[in-house]
Amino acid sequence: MVDAARLDWKAIAAESRFQALHHKKSRFLWGLMIFSVVYYFLLPIGAAYFQELYKIRVWGPINVGLLFALSEFVVAWGIAFVYSRRANAEFDAMASEIVRDVEKRMGGKG
Amino acid sequence: MIRHRFAFLAAGLALLAAASPALAQSAVADKWRWLTFLVFGVIISLTMFVTYLAAKRVKSVADFYTAGGGVSGLQNGWAIAGDYLSAASFLGIAGLISLYGYDGFMYSVGWLVAYITVLLVIAEPCRNIGKYTLSDILAYRNDPKKVRIVGAISVITVSTFYLTAQMVGGGVLVKTLIGIDYEISVVVVGVLMLGYVLFGGMVATTWVQIIKAILLVTASIVLVMFVWTPYGFSLPAFLQAVVADPKVQANVAALLGDKAATMSAAELGQRFLEPGLYFKAPIDQISLGMALVFGTAGLPHILMRFFTVPTAKEARKSVIWAMGIIGGFYVLTIFLGMGSAINVGSAQIKTIDAGGNMAAPLLAQYVGGGADSMLGNLFLAFVAAVAFATIVAVVAGLVLAAASAMAHDLWVGVIRGEKNVTPQEQVKAARIATGLVGALAIVIGIAAKGQNVAHLVALAFAVAASANFPCVLLTLYWKRCNTGGIVLGMIVGTLTAIGLVLVSPNMTYPKLIKAAAQKVVDAVPAKESNLTADLAAATDDAAKTKTRNALVAMQKEVAIAKGNLDKFKSEETSLVGLEKPLFDLRNPGLISIPLGFLAVILGSLLYRDKRAEDMWDELYVRQNTGILAAKAAAH
Repeated sequence: MVDAARLDWKAIAAESRFQALHHKKSRFLWGLMIFSVVYYFLLPIGAAYFQELYKIRVWGPINVGLLFALSEFVVAWGIAFVYSRRANAEFDAMASEIVRDVEKRMGGKG
Repeated sequence: MIRHRFAFLAAGLALLAAASPALAQSAVADKWRWLTFLVFGVIISLTMFVTYLAAKRVKSVADFYTAGGGVSGLQNGWAIAGDYLSAASFLGIAGLISLYGYDGFMYSVGWLVAYITVLLVIAEPCRNIGKYTLSDILAYRNDPKKVRIVGAISVITVSTFYLTAQMVGGGVLVKTLIGIDYEISVVVVGVLMLGYVLFGGMVATTWVQIIKAILLVTASIVLVMFVWTPYGFSLPAFLQAVVADPKVQANVAALLGDKAATMSAAELGQRFLEPGLYFKAPIDQISLGMALVFGTAGLPHILMRFFTVPTAKEARKSVIWAMGIIGGFYVLTIFLGMGSAINVGSAQIKTIDAGGNMAAPLLAQYVGGGADSMLGNLFLAFVAAVAFATIVAVVAGLVLAAASAMAHDLWVGVIRGEKNVTPQEQVKAARIATGLVGALAIVIGIAAKGQNVAHLVALAFAVAASANFPCVLLTLYWKRCNTGGIVLGMIVGTLTAIGLVLVSPNMTYPKLIKAAAQKVVDAVPAKESNLTADLAAATDDAAKTKTRNALVAMQKEVAIAKGNLDKFKSEETSLVGLEKPLFDLRNPGLISIPLGFLAVILGSLLYRDKRAEDMWDELYVRQNTGILAAKAAAH
């Protein structure tokens, strides 16, 4: 059994593998987060200040505003997809490697 | 023992069936009420059966609060969708789209985007660090007692606002749909919800959410099929029918008023797909968007759902599923709302409920064959029953969140001390707190009858975004964050959000209402003589009808104005003693969210706590790797 009090958290945090995970994940997550917030707030800002643009008709009665609003859904799902693929393939593997190592060192199976 | 308890639930159902033979105007005709009760009975029995099965599995305190961490990502995704697609978002957004077109659809976007925040920065760390409540995360490297007290207060505040809105909304909804007395439906919602939570804990609550979400999505898909099939599943063809519909054009003309005079019918129809019919103040809308996008990640009943899954990976999976279901549902809502606008028409939607909440139920009645057909009423009954189940399920999730803050954080964590409490006492404390919160919900629901509670949901989101979200985010991602920051952030975030709403245009200002009403009454003689002259001068029938309609509309307006003058005869100021709002912002998020963040940062810098900084590595490694997290779920 791994016990929280017996772990040297500072040493794990300083390990190069954890640092690599931290850097990769932080950059990726906050990048996506900022992009999604900016993309979302463009919709109401545009609806308020660029109404003429939103009114331009593209396909029958469908206008730029409707397409933009629909694109918000596609972008949200896209972000979810991109994040989960990267996390499943890369972050999970990096994290479980660190966990396995710690448990081995502690002599328990967790 | 368990069977005994269920007699109590059955009594609730009987009460519902026996309620109020006297009818006001409701969506279901007298003749068809038996059908409605039959469908209600079937759906409620199904959820009670699930609770009965779940009750056997609830033994430990972890079972009660978090279903023992044994919920899968897929199940949790449906349950999150169930929690989130409350009556406000399901009936409300369909209604907004049916009456205001584009703006209603734009409003729904923020509700989905909110889950990106949850997915990227909240769900997995919470699973890796937390146990039962939001305060568990805050307490990790801080003074547990202080943090639990402010955390519990904020959680109970947010839950109570949300709960009151749901109870009042539910009471009104059931009354509008089937004509049951308001008080009785509030009691029935409360009793059923207590039944689910007390006996089945989180296991039953989760399954009730799942069942309800599946029913809701199924009903919506069936309705959309009916609405969309005539147009060969083509979006342009469907929207062309919307903009060409005379009912839609008349609705837009009424919304635009004088500006509509120079527009052609085609232009009026197209206007329905353009922004600006509902949202008039851009700043307010951005403020609301901020509260949604950051508030969802601070809603205690949503955060709690991430403690029910075994691993961070399952937590991630559950948000992905929830985003798929919630987003898909909002896309369907375009067809529900616009389908209702062309098939039922805004005039008829508004006669039953001015806010448009009846758009989806009335559409169900229409596609089934109309108000006189059996199938139409069966569809209506089904949608009504789903809406009812929605309220009960959402209230159950909220009560569980508030009860866990009361029992786990305050009673066990602060008053008794975690080491001095046996597991049996913890379960008992959880059940007692549930009973208390549930009883309180019923009392508040009845006391708030007739109040305008629409802004309470927005307020709950605002407090969650301004107090809970900055605290959780910064304790997870900022090394220097400490007890001082959490306490100050919780207090400042909660108080500014509530304070700003109290002085905002959301409140009722009798003096302004009376002034507006007086103006309407004063204008009558001049307007009436003008219209009478127009009527005499009118040569063709169309012009005559138009003038007559204007006369009728004027009389209606006067009646409302006189009613207001009478209602507020002896009142001059709002709840907090103001004659007019201090500023124009309806949603406080734009100001209170940055203030909340600022308070956490300043509080942390002033307080300085070496222990919190020393424990940062531990917290940060754990939240990223999930070391030791499996232990929390293993028991």
